[in-house]
Amino acid sequence: MSYRNYILVCGGTACESSKATEIYEALVNEIKHQNLTEEVQVIKTGCFGFCEQGPIVKILPEDSFYVQVTPADAKELVEEHIVKGREVKRLLYNKDKSKKHAKVEDIEFYQKQFRIVLRNCGFIDPENIDEYIAREGYAALEKVLFEMTPDQVIDELRTAGLRGRGGAGFPTWMKWNFTKQANGECKYVVCNADEGDPGAYMDRSTLEGDPHSVLEAMTIAGRTVGANQGFIYIRAEYPLAIHRLEIAMAQAREYGLLGKNILNSGFDFDIEIRLGAGAFVCGEETALLASIEGKRGMPVPRPPFPAVKGLWGMPTVINNVETWANIPVIMLKGGDWFSQIGTADSHGTKVFALTGKIRNSGLVEVPMGTTLREIIYDIGGGIANDRKFKAVQTGGPSGGVITADYLDTPIDFASLTKLGSMMGSGGMIVMDEDDCIVDVAKFYLNFSVEESCGKCSPCRIGGRTLANLLEKITKGNGELKDIEQMKEIGSAMKKASLCALGQTAPNPILSTLNYFEDEYMAHIVDKKCPAGKCKSLITYNILEDKCIGCTACARKCPVGAISGERRSVHVIDQAACIKCGACFDTCKFGAIEVR
Amino acid sequence: MSAKKKENMFSRELISFIEKWRNKPGNLIMILHQVQEEFGYVSREAADQVAYMLDIPLAKIYGVLSFYHFFKTTKPGDHNIQVCLGTACYLKGGDMLVEELGSLLGIGLNEVTEDGRFSLEGVRCVGCCGLAPVLTVGKEVFGKVTKDQLPGIISKFS
Ligand SMILES: Cc1cc2nc3c(=O)[nH]c(=O)nc-3n(C[C@H](O)[C@H](O)[C@H](O)COP(=O)(O)O)c2cc1C
Ligand code: SF4
Ligand code: FES
Repeated sequence: MSYRNYILVCGGTACESSKATEIYEALVNEIKHQNLTEEVQVIKTGCFGFCEQGPIVKILPEDSFYVQVTPADAKELVEEHIVKGREVKRLLYNKDKSKKHAKVEDIEFYQKQFRIVLRNCGFIDPENIDEYIAREGYAALEKVLFEMTPDQVIDELRTAGLRGRGGAGFPTWMKWNFTKQANGECKYVVCNADEGDPGAYMDRSTLEGDPHSVLEAMTIAGRTVGANQGFIYIRAEYPLAIHRLEIAMAQAREYGLLGKNILNSGFDFDIEIRLGAGAFVCGEETALLASIEGKRGMPVPRPPFPAVKGLWGMPTVINNVETWANIPVIMLKGGDWFSQIGTADSHGTKVFALTGKIRNSGLVEVPMGTTLREIIYDIGGGIANDRKFKAVQTGGPSGGVITADYLDTPIDFASLTKLGSMMGSGGMIVMDEDDCIVDVAKFYLNFSVEESCGKCSPCRIGGRTLANLLEKITKGNGELKDIEQMKEIGSAMKKASLCALGQTAPNPILSTLNYFEDEYMAHIVDKKCPAGKCKSLITYNILEDKCIGCTACARKCPVGAISGERRSVHVIDQAACIKCGACFDTCKFGAIEVR
Repeated sequence: MSAKKKENMFSRELISFIEKWRNKPGNLIMILHQVQEEFGYVSREAADQVAYMLDIPLAKIYGVLSFYHFFKTTKPGDHNIQVCLGTACYLKGGDMLVEELGSLLGIGLNEVTEDGRFSLEGVRCVGCCGLAPVLTVGKEVFGKVTKDQLPGIISKFS
């Protein structure tokens, strides 16, 4: 059946939290109310990516892109757009007010994007397998089952040059090939959906918006390497993604696409969900396998690699969600097609969670080789609130910062590593002049210390020492020798830690020391925090010529540190001040200065 | 074994869940999730009960409980306020929200108010970075939160 109009409502986590479900229900009711259920279908989709402007509603076939919609807008959208055929202008996304129409392809946010992984996110109802199938879903599995040998599948992956998207960038075909050639009573396929980077949500959105793509890919891997059981290891903190995976698995079983004798091919494959429990180190593959086995998630030395000796000692293919989502497309369009996209070193696309001080936060998928400038300025719309760009952080707690000088670097695995950062899983956090680089390094170090499993001492003790040194510097007690010591400890950790958590934990310090040594010096020598973030190093003062004596700050100060008569200049008692910044936020006359 | 004498404290659903998973390898974490789902945390008594039902040492259960941050061994407040301390929220002042909530409620991170109504927890990226800073109470998500909104949010749940 086809409908006159489709109304797509974003059902990703960010939009859900701003009442997308209520909007969806209001639209459904309104359509019922107008007796249009035969003509118009309302669909809750996965994330559109443009989270900054959410909740988002898109109406097809006009392709009208409505942003920041509220449940109260449902009536007008239906009455005006659907019934009378007039777009509701006030809700259209339209930066350039002179243009009447905001088609999706006109929106800068989408212009430089190229969607393979997120191909279905925002287009289909993730809870309905028919919609996935209608967009060539499970066609790749069919092709693999009936037209390709396992070796052909691996060859196709090799031609494609797909490299793992979970962080390390290992060629996927090699992993599959190791497992295929390994001997074992049984073999396993695992999806790493632990997404531990504390500022990223690409995998979550993929699973919420297009769960079948991962199921299909894992089944393809099972067929290729000779495994009959798969596991998806997913964070318990992602209830919506878990729910949608469960629905997808049940539907796939019902359609004979999962379970015994898939599509009458004689091949059996099923998938189980295993929940993580909030340990970052469990994203590391050997720790993840230990966790699936029900144990404490401690890494073990590799080799042997999981591809040969993994879950319960059996050969195990383990890939990241985004890696999986690429695979059905590669099987359908061919490795050659895929290898044309991107750079010589890195083929295909990469999804980034673009966040921080950026105008358009959201999920973006771009071909490898796109420059940081294009992502930040063309897609992201530049820095929010007209502040100055300071740095962009990639690779999460294992990565580093990149400064304005390098914004024209085309991103791929090699170029980011060369800059002292890394691709990582796809967190991309933009910082402006108000962010203190030492404080950011401290944030990441504290994260790694908290998440270290404690098994090996370079990571356990080295990480703690680094975090303590940063604490000392941000408290104003730093000494010059601390910098040398940090560099020394950092390089020892890189060499001696057992797993990549400890090996990469010093990166946020080493990279910021490299690009922002002067900012460390300001903290250590001048005892100043140029960004005004480190409380021990700043003072709040009232500017005599600006203060009109409105008393607002004095009333707001939680410790009563501000005194002064009405209509006369106020003063802050520095000894009593706890530097909470309440006065700064309160003053309407810009009379409070941070130094 | 004290659990043997006592009535089984688990609901029928929980017991049948445990029965279903009993013989699956690697079942412990899944079972503990289900226990926490039912009680909001895993008490000493509940851990005893699981040890008894699965016939495994209590130490093994505590080994797992203490390793994973997600598991709680003490009872959280009726309303657990989770402040996102992921990178984007941190840059936009998530730590200030923790501080302010702490002083409003008179508790620190991972503590419960005396009357047991509220507890305060820091979590990692909840996937709404565009709305940073973010906090959640139960299933409700609050985005672009400012310090001034906090008393209102608290009173909504009091
Ligand atoms: C501390 C640590 C955390 C990791 N976290 C994740 C993660 O959250 N998600 C992920 O897919 N890979 C993560 N990895 C990488 C995995 O170990 C592994 O390389 C990846 O799952 C392999 O899949 P891929 O080849 O498809 O990238 C992490 C690695 C380390 C050392
Ligand atoms: S490097 Fe850190 S996380 Fe990895 S095994 Fe050693 S202590 Fe554990
Ligand atoms: S960092 Fe807070 S929601 Fe992503």
